[in-house]
Amino acid sequence: MRLERRHRSSAAALVLAPIGAVAFTMAVSALLVLWAGAPVGRTYALLLSGGFGSVFAWSETLTRAIPLILTGLAATVAFKARLFNIGAEGQLYAGAIAAIAVGGLHGGTGIELSPWLLFPLMMLAAAAAGALLLLGPALMKNKLGVDEVVTTLLFNFIVLLGVGALLDGWMKDPSAMGWPQSVALQSDLELGKLIAQTRVHTGLLWALSLAVMVWAIFKYTVLGFDIRAVGGNARAAAFAGVPVTRTVVLTALLSGALAGLAGAIEVAGRTSYVTLDMSPGYGYSGIVIAMLAGLHPLGVIAAGVFVAGVLVGADTMSRAVGVPTYIADVIVAASLIAVLVATLLTQYRVRFK
Amino acid sequence: MTLTVLRLQGITKRFGELTANDDISLDLASGEVLALLGENGAGKSTLMSILFGHYVADAGSIEVFGQSLAPGNPKAALAAGVGMVHQHFTLADNLSVLDNVMLGTEPLWQPFSRRAAARARLLEVAQRFGLPVQPEARIGSLSVGERQRVEILKALYRGARILILDEPTAVLTPQESEALFDTLGQMVAQGLAVIFISHKLAEVLRVSHRIAVLRGGKLVAQARSGEATQEQLAQWMVGHAVDKTVRRPARAVGDVVCALDQVRTSGSGRDRLDDVSLQLRAGEIVAIAGVSGNGQVALAELLSGTRRAVGGTVTLMGRALPPSPAALVLRGVARIPEDRHAVGVIGDLPVWENVVSERLRSPAFSRWSWIRRGAARAHAARVEKAFDVRGAGLQAPARALSGGNMQKLILGRALLSPEQRDGKPRTPRLIVAHQPTWGLDIGAVAYVQQQLIAARNAGAAVLLISDDLDEVLALGDRVAVMHSGKLGEPRAADKWTREAIGLAMAGAKGRAHA
Repeated sequence: MRLERRHRSSAAALVLAPIGAVAFTMAVSALLVLWAGAPVGRTYALLLSGGFGSVFAWSETLTRAIPLILTGLAATVAFKARLFNIGAEGQLYAGAIAAIAVGGLHGGTGIELSPWLLFPLMMLAAAAAGALLLLGPALMKNKLGVDEVVTTLLFNFIVLLGVGALLDGWMKDPSAMGWPQSVALQSDLELGKLIAQTRVHTGLLWALSLAVMVWAIFKYTVLGFDIRAVGGNARAAAFAGVPVTRTVVLTALLSGALAGLAGAIEVAGRTSYVTLDMSPGYGYSGIVIAMLAGLHPLGVIAAGVFVAGVLVGADTMSRAVGVPTYIADVIVAASLIAVLVATLLTQYRVRFK
Repeated sequence: MTLTVLRLQGITKRFGELTANDDISLDLASGEVLALLGENGAGKSTLMSILFGHYVADAGSIEVFGQSLAPGNPKAALAAGVGMVHQHFTLADNLSVLDNVMLGTEPLWQPFSRRAAARARLLEVAQRFGLPVQPEARIGSLSVGERQRVEILKALYRGARILILDEPTAVLTPQESEALFDTLGQMVAQGLAVIFISHKLAEVLRVSHRIAVLRGGKLVAQARSGEATQEQLAQWMVGHAVDKTVRRPARAVGDVVCALDQVRTSGSGRDRLDDVSLQLRAGEIVAIAGVSGNGQVALAELLSGTRRAVGGTVTLMGRALPPSPAALVLRGVARIPEDRHAVGVIGDLPVWENVVSERLRSPAFSRWSWIRRGAARAHAARVEKAFDVRGAGLQAPARALSGGNMQKLILGRALLSPEQRDGKPRTPRLIVAHQPTWGLDIGAVAYVQQQLIAARNAGAAVLLISDDLDEVLALGDRVAVMHSGKLGEPRAADKWTREAIGLAMAGAKGRAHA
């Protein structure tokens, strides 16, 4: 068996690829549902209605999509320049901690500043924390050839342990009955609700505008060209006069800042304080979302909503038919593999013998 | 009596809508050198890949020594006695000749390798076919010609009786090429059959008994070498009569545009500059000959802004050479890199972005770091039209372009400035062209060469670095030879003979004069 490059991808292949990917994902997941002893049709119907079937379902899905879109953008920016940032999880926590450090109720009062000033400061601090966290790995990659996949991944553990120490130390909320939880954010810094009686907050607008911003940077600016050029072919980019090191640094700052903002927006929009389980792996899911979106910033919105819907729908479905919620992780993972294989098959044909 | 050793019958191979091989039938006899002639994309490589089992033909059959060959199985091809010497060698530099030859020939379960027996067999093969070799020499210490000999021995050691040589002279000096041709003569005298792939007409006529010409996937002609002429072959290859680029001497040589004075660069082995001095003047083409890997890359990169000098001085129009590619371009340096795929273009990005990539930072194409997409697209369209870049359109990714069109894009990007002077585009001051015609078809070669001559006539200083001796002699007003990081004295092209250049390329000291 071998792969031969197609000279031109046929239109039929481009249409069939995503359909085939979805069918494959459904089939694989159906096997697991059967194994768990539940009716496949009803399970899928519940999953779908749980994620997208009502106003409430949509509100939960969109709430969950906010951090996913932001970490998806962080991965998109970095991967576009072939900077493989696996550290969005750590950058998200760093951003959340920075938000609390600026806007938290230290000693019961917090910083006495107008919220009009304090809110931008909080967001800037979160962006800076995420950005600086990725700067080191990016420079080490560029100057010393250290693999950024390893360094950014390891930074996640360092950050998480550091956050754990803070939550049991300087930032510990004295009123939390010994629970490792940070002090709360000042209430006037919290994000408003987008729809009354739901959890959807204005962080959604942040996520959508940042997606449009990243799209505009890619399409209309010299920096966007530099990022795409360095990712496409770094040698050719250097020959054409692209400042490669500077581009890698700016890419790292932008990507880290987006992940840091994800943390701040989660704190300000949903949790109000930092705990060690505030992110169920949003940073890692962001990688999946970026790949599902084909590294297109606007595609990240759709992919983020899809993944969020599957996660939320799986909760509802699990309560009704008893299939564990982990089926959601299987669906997301299988869809990623299916999309990657489908993309490959639009470019290559498989020959047997 | 000659024996048919290989018979290809009705070989057809399609890639989507492209028919790479269209019903090709060929015979090869023992004791024969068959030249397979054709431009890039004519289907030579596909045909040989099918014979060697890398591809499976859509139709047709292959017989080797009367036995039909299982398709798509390189092992079967090897066992049947088909050996291939690739253009890019597949040798491990850190191992000895004997190790490389033995590699993969011994079963894994055998506890000890039988080096003594292998060594004896290697020497016996070497002796029989007249390919002297030192079994214990490390590959890394051998010259390119010697490495090629090892590749050939590797195939013969495995019992090849049909040898396929893919563009074997591309990396050799003229003298090494001659030695290779003598070797081939000895090999066929021993009953071997050789398929010699090339697009160089003169050497095909020199070395082969029979010539098969491919064009557009079809076998368009076969001829006995004694009965063919270069003009006839060229016409078959291209499909119409071809004008050869004729050099007209430089008319008015002007001021020094770029001067190197005792320049040294960093770099490994021979790929660096060692005390190089050179003056490039307006209105003149200086051509640099040499076996690749002797410092040409360092010279090209130095003047393209991607490598620094560590000693000596480089000046451009009297001032120090700007340190970055972008600054060089704005000072009027047009650069054509050696490897158009790896360095020349960014394949994923659209054609129009590749056209403006060098000057994106100039006010012509961006303001406040926002790209002026309208101006950039308009300029790309001008380049597309003026340099006849065909096949994909401005929005398509650059990798969709054929090699020739990609080179036209790079030429257009380098030569056509968006800045106007007296109503005309500014002409470049200095053109650094490294292997500008490598791998192009005859038509595109002529086009590129004519563009370089036109730029020279318009007053540009041209530095042409090429492995192709014919090109160096056809275009260079002055010619110099690089060897081991050093540059010989440039002399007028008509003061050189091929023999003298060949000796200088091999590093001979005694400056043989014509």
